[in-house]
Amino acid sequence: MENLNGYLIVSAILFSIGTIGVLTRKNAIVIFMCIELMLNAVNLTFVALSRHLGNLDGQIFVFFIMTVAAAEAAVGLALIIAFFNNKETIDVDDINLMKW
Amino acid sequence: METLFFLIITLVAIVSAILVITCKNPINSALSLIMTFFCLATYYVMLDAPFMAAVQVMVYAGAIMVLMVFTIMLLNIRVDASKKHSHKLFLGSIIGFFTFFNIAFVLFKSHVAMPTGPYSVDMIKQIGHTELIGKEIFTNFLLPFEITSILLLVAIVGAVILAKKKI
Repeated sequence: MENLNGYLIVSAILFSIGTIGVLTRKNAIVIFMCIELMLNAVNLTFVALSRHLGNLDGQIFVFFIMTVAAAEAAVGLALIIAFFNNKETIDVDDINLMKW
Repeated sequence: METLFFLIITLVAIVSAILVITCKNPINSALSLIMTFFCLATYYVMLDAPFMAAVQVMVYAGAIMVLMVFTIMLLNIRVDASKKHSHKLFLGSIIGFFTFFNIAFVLFKSHVAMPTGPYSVDMIKQIGHTELIGKEIFTNFLLPFEITSILLLVAIVGAVILAKKKI
């Protein structure tokens, strides 16, 4: 089905929703999930354009993005747990030690 | 028929994505995000990329989301609805809508090139998606693949060190 525009628009909508979530939520884990949502929107763009162009490079990139997201999830959640152990909260308004 | 299916999946994906950023409880957000991931896996199947769909379900909906739900339950965060949002809500929505209109503008003003690569849909269906992906990874993308293993090693070591009792 030649419906490239539909996939790209869906991807743009998901990316914008992820952006709004990152900017408005305060829970660090929810912000993390919104970042995953944005990564997935980009993945959808990659796969749709890869199929349209008849070139598999985009899907290989999706493979690598998934690897990076898995590594990011492991390290990021470890950071959140370490912060929770110190401050008893994961509200990003309280994570302002490096703010001037 | 396929267009109708696409519209239904799109509706589910967008509604669950909105639920991710509006639910008060992080567990509900995580479950909605899993729903979105499954919708994306459906998109990959419709785009003739079944291997990507399988990896999406296993890695994202399986591994990463289990890790997140595990963390949410481990931390036992109290849901305080009083200070969920702040003045940032208005500004964040403006920036989000601006992002969307920006991307849409670029999409409608730009021209996508005609198909250039050798992999047509018929060829993918005939040979098999997984086989073609494997061939690409282990020939043209061998060096990035090896670097990925180093990245995973660094992530393992980093996570273990960060999770220690005393940093």
